Amino acid sequence: MGLEEKIPDSIILTSLDKMVNWARKRSMWPLGFGLACCAIEMMSTFAAHFDLARYGMEVMRPSPRQADLMIVAGRVSMKMAPVVKTLYEQMPNPKWVISMGACASCGGVFNNYAILQGVDRIIPVDIYVPGCPPRPEQLLDGILKLQEKVERESLKDKREEWGREAG
Amino acid sequence: MEQFGDAVLDHSEFRGDVSYTIKAERLTEICEALQGDARLDVKLLSDITCVDWLGDEQEEKKGRFEVVYNLYSIGHCYRFFLKVRLDTDDLKVSSLVDLWPGANWMEREVWDLFGIEFVGHPQLTKILTPDELEGHPLRKDYPLTWEQPQFSFNKDAPPEVIK
Amino acid sequence: MAESKTVTLNMGPQHPSTHGVLRVIVELDGETVVRAEPVVGYLHTGIEKTMESKLYYKALPCTDRMDYLAPMSNNLGYCLAVEKLMDIEIPEKVKWARVCLAELTRLNSHLVWLGTHAIDLGAMSMLLYTFRERELILDIYEACGGQRMMTSYIRIGGLAHELPADFDKKVRSLIKVIREKLHDYETLLTDNEIFINRTRDVAVISAEDAIAWSLTGPMLRGSGVKYDVRKANPYSGYENFDFEVPIGKKGDAYDRYLVRLEEMRQSLNIAEQALDGMPEGPYRAHVPGVVLPPKEDILYKMESMIFHFKIITDGFTAPKGSVYQAIESPKGEIGFFITGDGTNRPRRVRVRPPSFINLAALPKLCAGRLFSDVVCAIGSTDIVLGEVDR
Repeated sequence: MGLEEKIPDSIILTSLDKMVNWARKRSMWPLGFGLACCAIEMMSTFAAHFDLARYGMEVMRPSPRQADLMIVAGRVSMKMAPVVKTLYEQMPNPKWVISMGACASCGGVFNNYAILQGVDRIIPVDIYVPGCPPRPEQLLDGILKLQEKVERESLKDKREEWGREAG
Repeated sequence: MEQFGDAVLDHSEFRGDVSYTIKAERLTEICEALQGDARLDVKLLSDITCVDWLGDEQEEKKGRFEVVYNLYSIGHCYRFFLKVRLDTDDLKVSSLVDLWPGANWMEREVWDLFGIEFVGHPQLTKILTPDELEGHPLRKDYPLTWEQPQFSFNKDAPPEVIK
Repeated sequence: MAESKTVTLNMGPQHPSTHGVLRVIVELDGETVVRAEPVVGYLHTGIEKTMESKLYYKALPCTDRMDYLAPMSNNLGYCLAVEKLMDIEIPEKVKWARVCLAELTRLNSHLVWLGTHAIDLGAMSMLLYTFRERELILDIYEACGGQRMMTSYIRIGGLAHELPADFDKKVRSLIKVIREKLHDYETLLTDNEIFINRTRDVAVISAEDAIAWSLTGPMLRGSGVKYDVRKANPYSGYENFDFEVPIGKKGDAYDRYLVRLEEMRQSLNIAEQALDGMPEGPYRAHVPGVVLPPKEDILYKMESMIFHFKIITDGFTAPKGSVYQAIESPKGEIGFFITGDGTNRPRRVRVRPPSFINLAALPKLCAGRLFSDVVCAIGSTDIVLGEVDR
């Protein structure tokens, strides 16, 4: 005679947070933003052998206005940095960033005048995937960790954060 | 090359690569003659590059910058180099864009990275480095890790100069 | 009276043609292109200056990152140039192994080119097919050097380690598979009416113009000029191999497609010849003080250990002088101009980038054509932005 028996079978009870996060993590659309060598490994991850479409990333949108996830794959040079920042700001909320490869995470092999020492100097990064270039399995691992992170988010915190950013 | 006797300063061969050092003023004349000579068939300008000899006193006396032209003859499968020495106070050499249109971008790159001015080039602007960057990065007195524009705010830390 | 003005359109650094960060400023009069000017430099890494600040050995991994679709061929060029500078004699087995790996690299690069060129023109499934074949080549790279792409397997004086035991078997099965698949790709594209309409008479350049603009590689051979560094100035034992160099007639995008497809077949032949005739021998030259001794010797011989320590920490001193070594990379003639100055670091490492110089001819290829031909021209030039910007 518990409460469970009174509820009809066709109703699922959950919190709004969990449902929204479940939908978001299962259908992220990445922005096609490959810069250098890591871009080729990213293309390999999207290709037939290590398929990324099974994680919901079927479509790789070329326009930032239609994408949620920006995978910065490759070295960011000083000339490219303002472009990356503009693209990040053009993406609508909610958005996530994966920094793929050593060069995007920390400057990598190149410690010189021409390479930005880590893309997190200009945009906030959620997941760092190390490697030079990282194997497709490593990128998949990074994406799965991002999905776990998205699962743990809460709508209230995000609303406060976006409110602060908007100023 | 014998016909240009007085323009050729030096002729050397190192590991099978033949190179002639010539005077900067006679460059266009020599290249025109080489291109027009049907017997030599030197038609392909492979590369234009520059070497900075700062720090090596023996080489610096001949001229700090050495602009190297890499010429190739497809018919004879023969490659040789023309070298022009320039001093720091007179970094001008005539442009070869009229003879070889492919020299356009190569000369822009040498201007951008070294600061050698090519007289007669239609559009000598930066090609590889960002617009905010002042200076010529591949010179030996430009430090390797000096960021322009500043991201790591290391203005106080002494930059590292690689000789 | 209506005045017609031209529209300036920016094909920005981020666009779906998967060639990297290239920006093209196109001036259009309706659909016709008046002027197409590429703006490069968005990936400038200062690799040349970085290599000048390192010892000769330590500068080797930087070469992988330039033309990242054909990494072994960059390694090969740099190692041949340094070996020329230091006057090192290479054992026969190393030469044959290097030829085999260089031809696999050519296959690798041309497969990616085929996939991306076809997807730019609308044939989406080609990308998935070619990347599937590419996985087989990457498996071989991983077995040799441990890394899928940036192997740095070809070292100064020889190879990094001994070739794996099943190298012969793997490469032979790969050759068989790719021969069948090349036939499949041909049936999909070569007589395809849509593909022919999009590439015939598009991005045409004549032979004299191609030489004047300093083009090399399939761009030059598609216009009818027979210049291949492997035949003209052979290196690393290429004079012992029997292969043909395909030449085009008109210099349009379709001819270049046919040239590259035939080059893939010839690469398979060369790789097979290399496997058939590979001699036995050491995988590294024995030049104490310059070439690293093999790892097995270090554990047993004192001199090897001392040389190993000295070469890794201090390097070797190069004589004063400049060398130039050109090799035929999949994109064109890549040349390494290294100037030594009596110390253990190079004074100048210059890479003659084929993609940079081929891209300079883009305004000539696109002028007066339709806008969609610009995409075809960029794809047919086969550029790699890592090499363009270095």
